Amino acid sequence: MRAAMQQSLVRSGMMPAVGVALVLLGALVDWRLGAILALWIGAWLVNVLISNTARGGGVRFLVPVIFGATLLGLWELAVRLFEISPIILPAPSVIAETFAANTDILWADFQQTILKGALAGYLIGCGAAFLTALLIDRSPFLQRGLLPVGNFIAALPIVGTAPILVMWFGFGWQSKAAVVVAMVFFPMLVNAVQGLKASEPMQRDLMHTYAASYGQSLMKLRLPTALPFLFNGLKICTTLALIGAIVAEFFGSPTVGMGFRIKIEVGRLAMDMVWAEIAVAALAGSGFYGLVALIERKTTFWHPSQRRG
Amino acid sequence: MSAAVDPATRPGGAGLLSRGVSAVGRSLLPILVVVGVIVALWYAAAIMMNRAWTLDQIERRGLEMTTSEIIADTLSQERPVLPTPVQVATELWNTTMGEPILRERRGEYRPNPRSLFFHAWQTLAPTMLGFALGTLGGILLAVGIVHNRAMDLSVMPWAIASQTIPILAIAPMIIVVLNSIGLEGLLPKSLISAYLSFFPVVVGMVKGLRSPSGMDLDLLRTYSASGGETFWKLRLPASVPFLFASLKVGIAAALVGTIVAELPTGARFGLGARLLTGSYYGQTIQIWSALFMAAICAAALVGILGLIERLVLKRMGFAR
Repeated sequence: MRAAMQQSLVRSGMMPAVGVALVLLGALVDWRLGAILALWIGAWLVNVLISNTARGGGVRFLVPVIFGATLLGLWELAVRLFEISPIILPAPSVIAETFAANTDILWADFQQTILKGALAGYLIGCGAAFLTALLIDRSPFLQRGLLPVGNFIAALPIVGTAPILVMWFGFGWQSKAAVVVAMVFFPMLVNAVQGLKASEPMQRDLMHTYAASYGQSLMKLRLPTALPFLFNGLKICTTLALIGAIVAEFFGSPTVGMGFRIKIEVGRLAMDMVWAEIAVAALAGSGFYGLVALIERKTTFWHPSQRRG
Repeated sequence: MSAAVDPATRPGGAGLLSRGVSAVGRSLLPILVVVGVIVALWYAAAIMMNRAWTLDQIERRGLEMTTSEIIADTLSQERPVLPTPVQVATELWNTTMGEPILRERRGEYRPNPRSLFFHAWQTLAPTMLGFALGTLGGILLAVGIVHNRAMDLSVMPWAIASQTIPILAIAPMIIVVLNSIGLEGLLPKSLISAYLSFFPVVVGMVKGLRSPSGMDLDLLRTYSASGGETFWKLRLPASVPFLFASLKVGIAAALVGTIVAELPTGARFGLGARLLTGSYYGQTIQIWSALFMAAICAAALVGILGLIERLVLKRMGFAR
């Protein structure tokens, strides 16, 4: 125990020294490199200090925020000091300015791609998959046939069907919704079928002794036990839905939409606008996922995976 | 062991593929029935969707055709709305077996751009290189995260959050940027594959390295094992099932990433390029054959990983 403490003391004493040495070495090569290393190592030492000394919920929030802010700072610093061309990599501040100046365009793209294409496809696809799961749930034969096929299809690059579906359904948001349906259907189906099988034989026998009907045992036993699986599928599908909707726009779209904008602005080398769209996609993606996770927390509070450690 | 992962982080479809494959032996009949139904639906859809063009031709040329002749025509159009499975299979055969992979031109042998094997290789090579890079980086980062609390607190939330971001959609942009600073060929595409396989491996590996129970760790402590010994003899072996589960997710993501990366950048070779040129020129059969080639590649990659997984886990004594 004492040896371990001595070791950690030595290490914590060593680390700033090593850091300063690295910064000096970097500064010898190039003062700009020294500045970047100083920011990086300084922020890292702060994080090490916080996470080794303090405990509790605040640290879990503070440390990742410092880390993220450091990354942004390093990015900004590197772009400014090394005068990287905005065509290759715009600074975060420039991206933020572009974002603020073009909120109307970004909002229109968001509506077209996320609210119309992705959300419609997500609801149709996940709903259809759930209903299919309910249907094949009563037939073990269909399950044994559909599950391996579904697993197989879920691993395939479904996004490749985008050009075909755009050809069939036109350039509007309907074709994007169709791509999303194709992408989310099988992952959701596999999870839903597994979920409906998740209740234990003892529990099902108990429902049987109560003379519960199919509907009663579905509503009171099997759907609640299926919820963690359903939400797992729903969460996986949030990201898939956004990817499908954006990628499908590369194959043809009206003159609005996030994929359209990315494609056009890449062609014009307006990288700040592209990055602004990426920021929108990231915010929409984590927001969508967070929303589903929140609903999960509210509805499956009893499940072990939701207990707070 | 991987079945014990809690549902919140369980991999989606890809990890389940091998389980599906192992079920083939037990219940071939239901699968055949389902596949048969899908093929039948496909043919019905092909007749329905291609009928408009045939009827239009009949009207324009003033032909007289019986119903069976109309159906035969809908199944053998040159640019159908929906090609039949036989048409796609024929195209696949002609562009793989029917074309030499190398072609002689001006005295030297060059890859034949008509061969689908050539395009598949153009996509597979960066996928596998990127997958190797991403896996290696992911394992190293996971080891760092498990052994360093500051790293855990800093990186882990971002690694998990990054899974919710549709990063795949910006793959083409990364290609353009990397091309503009002079990086071309294999590397830009493989960087995207590396990125996409990186985070599943990090998350899975961290879970795996933390999977030994308190009892196991206590046992090693009574043996007075050092940190390194605990890592090599307990944590690393315990993480292998988790590693394989995330590898299968990662390689499927890496392949999709490479294909998408080839889309809007005007790449001339690769499965993504075949999809794009097919969609530009209305060559539906070419799109479908590229799609099936991509599916075969994905199935082969995940299948090979599943096979390695089964051999390794058997060898290590994990009960499956």
